[in-house]
Amino acid sequence: MKIILNNRNETIDREQVTVNELLAIKNFTWKLLVIKVNGILVQHKDYDSKTITEGDDVSVFHLVTGG
Amino acid sequence: MLSIYYSINFQHQIELTYSERVRAYLNNCTVGIAGCGGLGSTCAVSLARAGVGKLIIADFDIVTKENLERQYYFLEQVGMLKVNALKDNIQRIDPSIMVKDINKQLFSSDIFELYSGCDVIVEAFDNAEMKLMIIETVMLQLPDIPLVSGIGLAGWGKTDLLRVHRSENLIVCGDEISEISETTPLIAPRVGIVSNMEANEVLELLMVNFEQ
Repeated sequence: MKIILNNRNETIDREQVTVNELLAIKNFTWKLLVIKVNGILVQHKDYDSKTITEGDDVSVFHLVTGG
Repeated sequence: MLSIYYSINFQHQIELTYSERVRAYLNNCTVGIAGCGGLGSTCAVSLARAGVGKLIIADFDIVTKENLERQYYFLEQVGMLKVNALKDNIQRIDPSIMVKDINKQLFSSDIFELYSGCDVIVEAFDNAEMKLMIIETVMLQLPDIPLVSGIGLAGWGKTDLLRVHRSENLIVCGDEISEISETTPLIAPRVGIVSNMEANEVLELLMVNFEQ
């Protein structure tokens, strides 16, 4: 399927994935993340249930300390 | 209250120039700034200089000598509450700017009450968990208010890694990688760049509704 990941076109070799599966495929292993799918915040408890399908617009923000 | 720039021209009945109209417009805008450390103090001063008329600043800390390495405070302010010191510094630039200074550690339950009247909110916390807290709270409780966040700014150099990551009402400035550590401390230039990236994003968001 084709999705948009962080404002770039991305092809994932699956028909659908959960948020956690996408993080594993893309090797996003960071501890603190903010994830939006089609503009909607995905809460941490939903990372195993929320599915991403063809055409979805996914944003993954990585949070680190310092400011 | 009118800004000094606006009121001088108003009194003289002179037609405002373009930049004066921009300042008059920004004078009616309200920006909330959560955290008054390296990011928040510099961003607030930049917005004040740009002419934003109302700032709501919050922090619970006091100014230390170490803060002077990168934060917008001065030696004689060591020991003062950051919100009081920052309000003084802003009003030394323009006394007509309204500054609501909140001396409080912010929790999720405070965000709506403090910032629901803002045109834009700036996340300027130090700690990643606090950044997560305000991002999630604003997205869930105040989804119509844009939030500009500063993430990944420790160390020096690597200027070309700094960028803006936008997703609708969430705008993240920084590299999202450079975390504070023993070998990557927070230093004035990179913190200052990201603070001003945040201020610049705020202006872009505010100016969307400016009528030429």
